[in-house]
Amino acid sequence: MNYLASIGSYAIMIIEVFKKPTKWRIMKPLIFKEIDELIFNSLGIIIFISFFIGGVVAIQTALNLTNPIIPKNLIAFTTRQSVILEFSPTFVSIIMAGKVGSYITSSIGTMRVTEQIDALEVMGVNALNYLVFPKIVAMLFYPFAIAISMYVGILGGWMAGVFGGFLTSADFVAGLQLEFIPYHVTYAFIKTLVFALVIATIPSFHGFFMKGGALEVGKASTTAFVWTSVTIIILNYILTQLLLG
Amino acid sequence: MIEVENIHKSFGDAHVLKGISTTFSKGKTNLIIGQSGSGKTVFLKCLLGLFTPEEGVIRYDGKDYSKLSPEERRNLRQEMGMVFQGSALFDSMTVEGNVRFPLEMFTKQAKSEMQDRVDFVLKRVNLVDAHDRFPAEISGGMQKRVAIARAIVMNPKYLFCDEPNSGLDPKTAILIDNLIHEITEEYDITTVINTHDMNSVMEIGKKIIFLKDGLKAWEGTNKEIFRTDNEAVTNFVYSSDLFKKVRQMYIEERN
Repeated sequence: MNYLASIGSYAIMIIEVFKKPTKWRIMKPLIFKEIDELIFNSLGIIIFISFFIGGVVAIQTALNLTNPIIPKNLIAFTTRQSVILEFSPTFVSIIMAGKVGSYITSSIGTMRVTEQIDALEVMGVNALNYLVFPKIVAMLFYPFAIAISMYVGILGGWMAGVFGGFLTSADFVAGLQLEFIPYHVTYAFIKTLVFALVIATIPSFHGFFMKGGALEVGKASTTAFVWTSVTIIILNYILTQLLLG
Repeated sequence: MIEVENIHKSFGDAHVLKGISTTFSKGKTNLIIGQSGSGKTVFLKCLLGLFTPEEGVIRYDGKDYSKLSPEERRNLRQEMGMVFQGSALFDSMTVEGNVRFPLEMFTKQAKSEMQDRVDFVLKRVNLVDAHDRFPAEISGGMQKRVAIARAIVMNPKYLFCDEPNSGLDPKTAILIDNLIHEITEEYDITTVINTHDMNSVMEIGKKIIFLKDGLKAWEGTNKEIFRTDNEAVTNFVYSSDLFKKVRQMYIEERN
């Protein structure tokens, strides 16, 4: 019953976010600040993880291809498919649920604990619009970060494959082009966009409606991470079934 | 003026406010006192419109809050200033940014006009050299003054303060009390202060209401509170040794 109530409150929150918008003059710098905080500040970790995971996928594929009749370019094919279809959109999103999500919950939660949200509401400001809307807009740029993740992941696979002596660069490029279906990239970006909205809104919900003090801010961050991850995984299944099934 | 008629507020099974009625006059510092858990904060949040009472009426200069449209409520809220217990300054903004925020949000003033107003209110609360500092870089007393400046920058009709001098040393607490009192009289504001502090009661309590278990147990002025025979009030007021001695002296003088 509590879960149903929470889902209802979450839906109401989403509607409230778009009501009574804050003046553009005030909203614009908030959006730029959030793009910097949520997207640009995450690029380092996204690039680092993507590069090494791409490399690991290539090495593991190479080590499992023991049959000499299987072409070596399958290493690149597998790396490309893994990175584009699953690793970059889903795995990176779960990492972002931790990094960006905990930032969102703790920053909004701290504002709740220190009565800053009450101060906004007393002034007549739509606190949900003021705090959550810039985060949603900033997360619309998240697919660009995922595009970088895809590129770097494949680059990592190429470096691990070629410099590890598993295949030649020409084989890797041939494998990358093998049976390429552009729709898979579209599918990946649709997923990314949905996950971006999840990462922006579920942690905001847990931060905005939290009760208690500093300890509860920490608990709310953990809860937000768990629920964001669970939602991403469930939506990943549903979207894959709908878009590829 | 704020008129409160028979307001009730519950949270689940807990009946916190059990029918409070009172009037808060314009140009006066009205104090709400009572022990922790007596319903003071809930009462103040009802006055601010943060909580909706299940029963009763709150009128702001004759306007019944429950009958206002959402737009009218927003407009009314822009006529309210609030000083929170922990100041509630926006920690990502400078002192100046905090004070300028309501002006940027709700007015169409030119930047120079806003700057003049911000400078004026910061000067009024005796903060002239803290414009570019962040809340974390200033003392608790200065934070309270910034909070007061932010609360009055829009020329509010109603000023609400939740424990405005909690956590401050006695000297700074008196300065804050006096500042609120001066501003109230100067701008003819209806000020409602929620406090535990007996110094505030003595200094600025032009009207005091005492809450006990969600009910108004007593109402009077700072002069009357030391003479009352209401047991709940005397137990509260004379819970400190200092005030017990003051009362003893008062009784001895009278006899």
